[in-house]
Amino acid sequence: MILEAIDVRKAYAAHVALDGVSLAIPEQSIFGLLGPNGAGKTSLIRIITQITGADSGEIRFRGQRLAPEHAVEVGYLPEERGLYKKMKVGEQLIYLARLRGLSRADAVARIKDWLERFDIKAWAEKNVEDLSKGMQQKVQFIATVLHEPKLIILDEPFSGFDPINANMLKDEILRLKQEGATIIFSTHRMESVEELCDHIALINRSRKVLDGPVKLIRNQFRSNTYELEGRSNNKFIVMHPDFEVLEHLELENGHFRDRIKLHDGVNSNDLLRYAIGQAEIHAFREVIPSINDIFIRRVRETMPESLLETANALL
Amino acid sequence: MASKFFLVAQREYLTRVRKKAFIVLTLAVPLLIAAFGFFMVKIVQSDDDNTDVVEVRDESGLGLAARLVSTPQLRFVPSNVPLAQGKKAFQKAEHAGLLYLPTGLNPDQPTGVQFFGKGNISLRKQVSVENALNKAFSELKMQKSGLTEEQLNRLKAKVDLQAVSLDETGKEEDSNALVTSGLSYGLALLIYLFIFIYGVQIMRGIGEEKSSRIMEVMLSSVKPFDLMMGKIIGIAAVGLTQFLLWGILSTGATSVISSLATDTNNPKSEMAATANRSADTAEQSAGERFDKQIDKAGEQAPGGAISKAFDSLGKLPIGTILFGFIVYFLGGYLLYGALFGAIGAAVDDQTDTQQFMFPVTAPLVLSYIVSITVILRNPDGPLAFWMSIIPFTSPIAMVVRLPFGVPLWQLALSITLLIAGFIGTVWLAARIYRVGILMYGKKVTYREMSKWMFYKG
Repeated sequence: MILEAIDVRKAYAAHVALDGVSLAIPEQSIFGLLGPNGAGKTSLIRIITQITGADSGEIRFRGQRLAPEHAVEVGYLPEERGLYKKMKVGEQLIYLARLRGLSRADAVARIKDWLERFDIKAWAEKNVEDLSKGMQQKVQFIATVLHEPKLIILDEPFSGFDPINANMLKDEILRLKQEGATIIFSTHRMESVEELCDHIALINRSRKVLDGPVKLIRNQFRSNTYELEGRSNNKFIVMHPDFEVLEHLELENGHFRDRIKLHDGVNSNDLLRYAIGQAEIHAFREVIPSINDIFIRRVRETMPESLLETANALL
Repeated sequence: MASKFFLVAQREYLTRVRKKAFIVLTLAVPLLIAAFGFFMVKIVQSDDDNTDVVEVRDESGLGLAARLVSTPQLRFVPSNVPLAQGKKAFQKAEHAGLLYLPTGLNPDQPTGVQFFGKGNISLRKQVSVENALNKAFSELKMQKSGLTEEQLNRLKAKVDLQAVSLDETGKEEDSNALVTSGLSYGLALLIYLFIFIYGVQIMRGIGEEKSSRIMEVMLSSVKPFDLMMGKIIGIAAVGLTQFLLWGILSTGATSVISSLATDTNNPKSEMAATANRSADTAEQSAGERFDKQIDKAGEQAPGGAISKAFDSLGKLPIGTILFGFIVYFLGGYLLYGALFGAIGAAVDDQTDTQQFMFPVTAPLVLSYIVSITVILRNPDGPLAFWMSIIPFTSPIAMVVRLPFGVPLWQLALSITLLIAGFIGTVWLAARIYRVGILMYGKKVTYREMSKWMFYKG
């Protein structure tokens, strides 16, 4: 484990930000810290980055109690992006790298590499304020990873990136993981990271509501439901005691799409065999709940009764 | 962590020193000072060079016109036409003025003397004419009382007042009040300006950092205290650099320009000539005798005063003043700089700084005003004592007192309290700072800030 949080609690004057949160983040993984705005993600990150301290509980970095010397092992890209506007890109990167313990010569060499990789070498001598927002984001990302931290924390990393640059960023993140780094994603837009994450933790209202490997969690929340697409000259109607139709959509020219739940002990091949007899099948796949769906389900489960009522009333 | 503090201070210093505004200001101020000096020299010279001719219409019958003594700046010539014509005549002749001495002038109660000038009559001109008249009158009266010329000469004594101050031990000290006060005032102004200009820069710098949202990135690698102190010290270094450059450049520029100014027109040769001429004492007329005396006075005024000023400077406790100045300069800057920093960190919007600025700037402004008025006049009074002991006012009040001599125990007490004071404000500011810089979108109140003091980690 590169990082463990054990029963971390943090309260501000008006509210409790973290209420006994425990986490374990494995080495060389991509860990998604997910939850709606105001759930407590940023509070947890600020404790991990040692910007603030926890009221109680403990953070361990590779088994050791988190201490100031671990700061250089961590790279942090906050949600609130900011750079010194009147400073040149190159100088700024050197400054930030040196603050994280890099020598000037090392910093210069690595900056050169990164600027080439991100295709912004020509901008090294420009002031940050002259850069476009997307370019500033790139510079910030470089600043975050320049000192080759073991743990990289990215808070809402894709916000503000266009799709091309977002893809570029994804590739870089995967490469960094390959090279041995551990990455924590913090986001409230769960769909944006679920394909990248190995592990996730869901945080809601200062508490962790769910965590574990993504595959495991999804399996746990599988409901044995399948989606079927095809075409039939007659009306396609599933009439079988083993299957339950959750949704049936009639499209043009006899095309249809159905969501079908299998009863216990029934296998997906049984459904497929049945369907082939009825129609021309174009697509068949299992419906796996998205992290977003799981989150909503989980939040509903963990919500107190009274709140649930209000939530239902609102929905 | 000391190296991070150094990195922060270095960045603050380098980015500020390389700014165009810094370079322009650093070069412009000495040039302005030098230009100002140049014009002053020119004005004084042109005043000295021009001999103002004043026509004298003497109808008093007392022979006063003959007794009026001309100087290089002021020459009296008799006018032979009646007043009405004379008024036009002197203007036509491009003379500076017409002095009218009416008939029946009583030497004991001289009234009705008029001076007609072209345009505005400068005070200096008026005083010179008055002086000449006064001398003429007193000479007239003395001669009337039957004194010989020799006796008259002996009667005239030029008194050079030497002020001597006695300190507690009864030792006599030469004191030149003007030099001491000037030094006090200058030092106080320097500290006041420095704290104000660069304190506000700390506030602005932190405010900019906060609004550019870089704080979170910075704080994940630097402790808030290092960040704040790095900024305060870095800006102090900028200020010291600027003051030092101003000092060097203004001295350089002024000396270059003043040498240029004196080269074109050297008034010294003229003086030497008058001195030579008046060396011939045997057959000097009354007029020439006065010429000589005035010349002497004129020579003494600039040269003598400056050397005397240096004299009295030398007699001041220079070591103590210098030591004290450095201590109060840095101590005061740290004390106020930390508070300015706390404001910058606490406030979201630069426009909100006003309400918090007041309690910080009030003691500063107050101590400056009181120092240059009350304390300068009474450097050992109770107000001076208390203000030079209390840390918020001592950086200015004590520096004003230093050239007048301050008992050692007071100095020690004041410095101890100042050190305690800035440790206190730095501590306070650091607590406000570490919470404030991450606090966005909230209107901060004093109550809120006082809560921040007790936040953990």
